[in-house]
This record gives sequence, C-alpha cells and structure tokens, in this order.
Amino acid sequence: MSARLHALANPARFGRFARRALPWTAWLAALCIGAGLVWGVFIAPPGAPPPEGQGETVRIIYVHVPSAWMSLFVYACVAAASAGALIWRHPLGHIVARAASPVGACFALLTLATGSLWGAKMWGAWWVWDARLTSVLILFFLYLGHIALTHAFDDPARGARAAAILALVGVVNLPIIKFSVDWWNTLHQPASIIRRDGPAIDAQMLAPLFLMIFGFTFYFFTVLLLRARAELAALRTRALKLRMLAA
Amino acid sequence: MDGIGKFLEMGGYAAYVWPALGLTVLVLAGLLVASVKSVRRREAELARLEAEAGRGDEG
Repeated sequence: MSARLHALANPARFGRFARRALPWTAWLAALCIGAGLVWGVFIAPPGAPPPEGQGETVRIIYVHVPSAWMSLFVYACVAAASAGALIWRHPLGHIVARAASPVGACFALLTLATGSLWGAKMWGAWWVWDARLTSVLILFFLYLGHIALTHAFDDPARGARAAAILALVGVVNLPIIKFSVDWWNTLHQPASIIRRDGPAIDAQMLAPLFLMIFGFTFYFFTVLLLRARAELAALRTRALKLRMLAA
Repeated sequence: MDGIGKFLEMGGYAAYVWPALGLTVLVLAGLLVASVKSVRRREAELARLEAEAGRGDEG
C-alpha cells in the first residue's frame, strides 16, 4: 500500500493515474447524483415516513446529509494527507491537502445553508447555537483557516507546513461533531442512519439517499484529481521558473 | 399541469426545498467549472514554459 502510494508520488505517474481515473469518477458521480436527485425529489414518496410531520421539507435530506458526511470525510482526507506530508514526507501529501480543503469548505457551507433552510421551517429559526450546528460552523472555519494558511507565506513550503499542523489539530472537532447530538441536548435530530438498531429512515428514502452519498463521494474524487493536477502543474511551473531564473 | 404545479409547491414548502436543492447544484457545479478552468490554465502555462525551456536548452 505504502509502496503503491509512493509510486504515485512520481508526478508523471500521478498525472497518468489522474487522467485514467477521471472519466470513471466523473461519470459515476454524474450517474449517482442524477439518479439520486430524480429518485429522491421526483419519485420517492414525500417524506416516507415524515418522522415529525416534516412533510416535503424532508427532501432537503438528499442534499443536507450527503454534504454533511462529505464535509467530515474530506476533512479526514485533508488530515490524513497532512499527516503523510509531515510524518512520512510524502510528496503528494501537501498537494492533496491543498486540493481537497476548498472542496471540503464548499461541503461544510452547503451543510450549514441547507440545514438553515430546513431549520427555518422545522424549528422556526435559521440559526441556533446548538452543539451540532456550532461544531459544523467551527469545521467550516477550520477549512477557511487551512486555505488561508497555505497562502499566508511567501515560501509555500512554510505555508503548507503550518496548514498541515492546523489540519491535524482540527481533527478533535470530528468526533465532537459526530457525537454532539449524544453528548449535548441539541435541537438537531440524533443520528438516524448509523444506529445500533438500524436506520430510522424509511427504506424508500434510504436508497436515493445512499445514491446521493456515493455520488457526492465520486464528485469529491473527481474534483480532487482535477485540483491535484492543477497544484502539481503550478508546482512544476514554479520550479521551472526558478531554474530558468538561475540559469 | 395541475400535477406539476402541485409538485412544484412541495406541499407549501417550495421556498425551503427548492433553494436548498438549487444552491447545492449551483455550488457543486461552480466548484467543478472553476477546477476544470484552473487545471487547463495551469497545465497550459506549464506546457508553454517547458517548450520555452526546451528551446533555451537547445540554443
């Protein structure tokens, strides 16, 4: 595994891998998201069952929950890539972390925005300082801080290092988000998919919901590969410019 | 037509459901377009520089 990862560290090899993988991830993303949206929004019975009489607002689940899961998953990827860069000096670590974190920021923002629209109707408030909402807001700020730090120094290596340390420290926030609904008395509803006694969501909604989650995951990998290619090209451009200046 | 109108109303929650779906599609599509543009721009710049450097080596 580690040997294979190191093989990808070769920029030319990574480029070839990205080019070959991209059509697959892109088509799978389009397929899953397309099917999930059509199934969830147009076909699945409205809120089956509407647990607390949420009616049609429950359809927001098809974008809210996948965004929320992805905002956590992408952060875990950023942290893992940062650990790879800091501990094993893997050359792709910083590149992957830099490429992924704006995507995670978008997912966190979508989680907050779609949740706000849902809450506005169900709780009668766009925002409450509830443990779940607040910890996701912190996640969003962690992403912003990470992006800002990578650009904060003239020397990109220093920026990458500082950002990697922030990413690793921020990992404590992930279990806080996950268990916030259990540890604190929150307005946000508790976990309804991963539960000991099985999902609390009707099977009719579960299928399109999982399609959306897979679709968002493939979308993330598509954009990640694109952005990593862009980062690699920028890095090589910079190195080439320095060499030309020195010559 | 009545069926479509009723569907679009989302049981009276149209003002919440549609913006949530629309915003998600908009943000994800925007990020994808921006990423494609940036990879094209940066790889083109690299190719241009490499060609330039190649000419420099020969000369």
